[in-house]
Amino acid sequence: MATIVAEASGMPVLVVEHEMPFIRKYVFSTDHKVIGIQFLFFSLFFLLIGGLLAVLIRYQLGWPGKAIPGGGVLPESMAPQGIMLPEFYNSLVTMHGTFMVFFAIMPLLVGVYANYLIPLQIGAHDMAFPKLNMASFWISVPAGLMMMASFAVEGGAAGAGWTSYAPLSARPDLSGVSLGQQMWIVSLVVLGLGSILGAVNYVTTVINNRAPGMTWFRLPLATWALFISAILILLSMPVLSAAMIMLLFDQTIGTNFFLPAEGGQPLLWQHLFWFFGHPEVYILILPAMGFVSEIIANGSRKPIFGYHSMVFALIAIAFLGFLVWGHHMFQSGMNPALGMSFMISTLVISVPSAIKVFNWMGTLWEGNIQFHTPMLFAVGFVMLFVIGGLSGVYMASTPVDIYIHDTYFIVAHIHYVLLGGSLFAIFGAIYYWFPKMFGRMINDTAGKIHFFATFILFNLTFFPMHGLGMKGMMRRIYDPAQYEHLSEIQDTNTMVSIAAIALFGTGIYFLVLFFWSLFKGKKAPANPWNATTLEWQTPSPPRHGNWSELPVVYHGPYEYSHPDMDRDWLAQNERPDIVSPAHPELTDQVLAETGASEEPSPGTHTDGAG
Amino acid sequence: MTSHAATVDSTAQRPERGLGVYDKKVGMWVFLCSEVMFFTGLIGSYIILRFGASDVWPMPGEVLNVPVTAVNTFLLICSSVTMVKAFAAAEVGDLKGMRLYLLATAVIGAGFVGVQVFEYNQLIHHGFLPSSGLYGATFFTMTGFHGLHVTVGVICIAWVTAKAYRGGYTQEDHEGVEVIGLYWHFVDLVWIILFTVVYLI
Amino acid sequence: MDWSLPLNASTQGEAIDNLFWLIFWITVTAFVVVEAGVLWFLWKYRGRKGRQARYTHGNATAEVIWTTIPAVVMVFLGIYSGRVWASIRSSDSYPDDALTIGVMAKQFEWIVTYPGEDRMLGNADDFTIRNRFEIPVNEPVVVMLESEDAIHSFFIPEMRVKQDAVPGMTIPIWFEAIRTGEFQIACAELCGLGHYRMRARVVVHDPTSYEAWYDERSAEAFAAEE
Repeated sequence: MATIVAEASGMPVLVVEHEMPFIRKYVFSTDHKVIGIQFLFFSLFFLLIGGLLAVLIRYQLGWPGKAIPGGGVLPESMAPQGIMLPEFYNSLVTMHGTFMVFFAIMPLLVGVYANYLIPLQIGAHDMAFPKLNMASFWISVPAGLMMMASFAVEGGAAGAGWTSYAPLSARPDLSGVSLGQQMWIVSLVVLGLGSILGAVNYVTTVINNRAPGMTWFRLPLATWALFISAILILLSMPVLSAAMIMLLFDQTIGTNFFLPAEGGQPLLWQHLFWFFGHPEVYILILPAMGFVSEIIANGSRKPIFGYHSMVFALIAIAFLGFLVWGHHMFQSGMNPALGMSFMISTLVISVPSAIKVFNWMGTLWEGNIQFHTPMLFAVGFVMLFVIGGLSGVYMASTPVDIYIHDTYFIVAHIHYVLLGGSLFAIFGAIYYWFPKMFGRMINDTAGKIHFFATFILFNLTFFPMHGLGMKGMMRRIYDPAQYEHLSEIQDTNTMVSIAAIALFGTGIYFLVLFFWSLFKGKKAPANPWNATTLEWQTPSPPRHGNWSELPVVYHGPYEYSHPDMDRDWLAQNERPDIVSPAHPELTDQVLAETGASEEPSPGTHTDGAG
Repeated sequence: MTSHAATVDSTAQRPERGLGVYDKKVGMWVFLCSEVMFFTGLIGSYIILRFGASDVWPMPGEVLNVPVTAVNTFLLICSSVTMVKAFAAAEVGDLKGMRLYLLATAVIGAGFVGVQVFEYNQLIHHGFLPSSGLYGATFFTMTGFHGLHVTVGVICIAWVTAKAYRGGYTQEDHEGVEVIGLYWHFVDLVWIILFTVVYLI
Repeated sequence: MDWSLPLNASTQGEAIDNLFWLIFWITVTAFVVVEAGVLWFLWKYRGRKGRQARYTHGNATAEVIWTTIPAVVMVFLGIYSGRVWASIRSSDSYPDDALTIGVMAKQFEWIVTYPGEDRMLGNADDFTIRNRFEIPVNEPVVVMLESEDAIHSFFIPEMRVKQDAVPGMTIPIWFEAIRTGEFQIACAELCGLGHYRMRARVVVHDPTSYEAWYDERSAEAFAAEE
């Protein structure tokens, strides 16, 4: 058990009193690092499930009506003799989206890295509310289990899309799914509560528990991005919960919120869902952008280009993200005048994203680029996110959206930003922070193979979908052959399916590499990437409580390649022998504030002593 | 390293860092922001649904018992007053007063819930249910979730009261009292809005 | 599969396609600039022994330039798109005295109602057919779109027409076919088990052929009633 005590110097100091039993240390742990790692295993599992569901979808689209190899194990209600039923297809598309968005990508970005990184990057011993943090994780587990279990109930798993539009989702007589739809809702409400409680922790910790000298504009961009995403969770998730509860009541106790009989409004569901849903997709991309900034600065050996602009761009995207939700509803029957206003806000929001892309390019410019695996994934993110962002411009234009809404053009866009974007950044983050988390390296050559295979197969799978959308292939259809305008696309669909299955194979490769490295990876030093942020100034992995004495921060997070230094990096908590060029007065202020003397500050030792 | 010392909140040592406000208080304010959004979702939906069906909406008092609920509202406001007095007592070191006012708050809060349950009972007996059109659906959902929040609040206040009676708070450290007070005032504020919008207009 | 849009069959389709290709050229330009830039930087600034990166925190002028250019492009696209949107969806864009047809979407078919000689829906001389939508070429048509159960979506790809059908609402849309031929309505909003096969035949006639078809169908419908 650890307590924080006051010592004569006035600096808070951590004291560890005795060893904990296994279950307190690794299962019901309040240590943010353990909780982050728990979320990692949780989300990698659901990433695998989501991938499997995608393979099943692609099998049907690639070889319609053919028996799935090994599909005999599936029950009659899903795929008799291994041949998929349309109702199962509807559940597959629904659950693929649901698992990927809520149980894989969001927890990988936030559950893992907000938990793991924030206290380390800001120089704190742990989160503000460690017990609440533990609760956040353990609430998520039953939510995941319930979602999995919903496949096994009568009527099968939810089948109204991850967007669950009413009245289809509210009426079992229309969807054919009853209990599964209800379990879907309850699972997400519970998960949402876990997310909200986590967000309370992240926001409070960043506001209140920064180390001396860690001012707002010295925070690493990963922390900024996670902080802002936490605010988005706090403000958007509760609206989803309210909507879900109303939908559940429509399904079960005879209310009519979204059902037209008795005056309910189907469009109300869409407004509520997307009011949450749009900030949600920014929750799914902002942390990714934060990680990419960290890695690109490190890999280029340069300060991030335009740090302040990057922060303001994050804030602008987050704020504007609350004003664009109607762009999902241009063809919904909503007042066309609203179509105009949402189009404007949607076009505007592309500007801060563009600013970020140019700033990343500015960071690469005149750099001294190291091509380690995290850097490959970070640059891959930029290249693929740009495609996703540009495809978004077509949808932003309301008249063009008339044609491409609910087609595979949208599916292409989603996957370029969520897979090419978020997941690539997640891979980069996993490779980058793996040494810190587990004290071992993932072999760089093996990682590069993963990167190139994924990059190539991803583009082969998803780029053609822009073309499929242009041809008018609709989303969520079990059998495109029913339509004359889709008569020529079967070959493309088959090729896409082959690439998709191979892409899933790269995911398996990665999981094997990940687990192999956990046990057999080369031992990692404290700072394998020669990085500047505070987490790298601790041992790999850090001790419980992170520091015995909290570090003192003297300058910004990306002080790479300063001309007056021998080495090309300067840790945030290293006393600059050269005074911080931008703000010499701040260094003096910090020195005065902390009463630090001429000796080196605590935490500069990277071998774990002190 | 010494293995014993008084446990101190690290931010209490450096109140000028962050917002100068202790962790639990920042945490509660942050949490309340999310609660605001939850009730905004419910109340916003109510407004949209009502204005889409305004011609069939019952007049105030036609279905619901406004006088009884008005008294109940007054009770809830009183409980906010006792909550403030509990905190004020703690601030000046009047721990006995703090305990008594906490107890009063818990009791009045429980009373509010009781009256609400009674009201629900009456309505259901007269055939007014969540399935009774949009009016029933919105009424029960909004007041029901508010009631749930009040119930959780009463449980927390009871817990804080028990801790107070065990001597768990001092004049220097009574963060729990202040923080549950913030939650309680929020719940009261939501009720005032709900009462106005659901019962009076 | 070639990378083209289906041959356009409506007046609004022309405006939409032009806008699509305009956005195409703008986005392709941005794509080339960014991707080539990234690849060039990766090569030119690759790490080499003895190389020192440039220590800079940014450049305000660069920020202004790369904020302004995208912003200007977006403003332009917004104005252009707004005009096209208004030409399709604003209340004054709707043709007066157009042929008005009722379309009721339901799981999993399209019920199409034609007005009688009075060209108005909602009285006794209307007749209803299933899964066929037949219109004359070069004449604007107003569809009053409804749904009986779930949300469906009325999508005719070649006409670049799409509108969600929402139960409890009657949504008017209009369009004008510019060539004769046979097309399909494809449901474009997940609506249940049969969503994947919720299609209907669309026939665009020349005017004489349409008159003939209309008279024949109308007669059939009323004969059936006797």
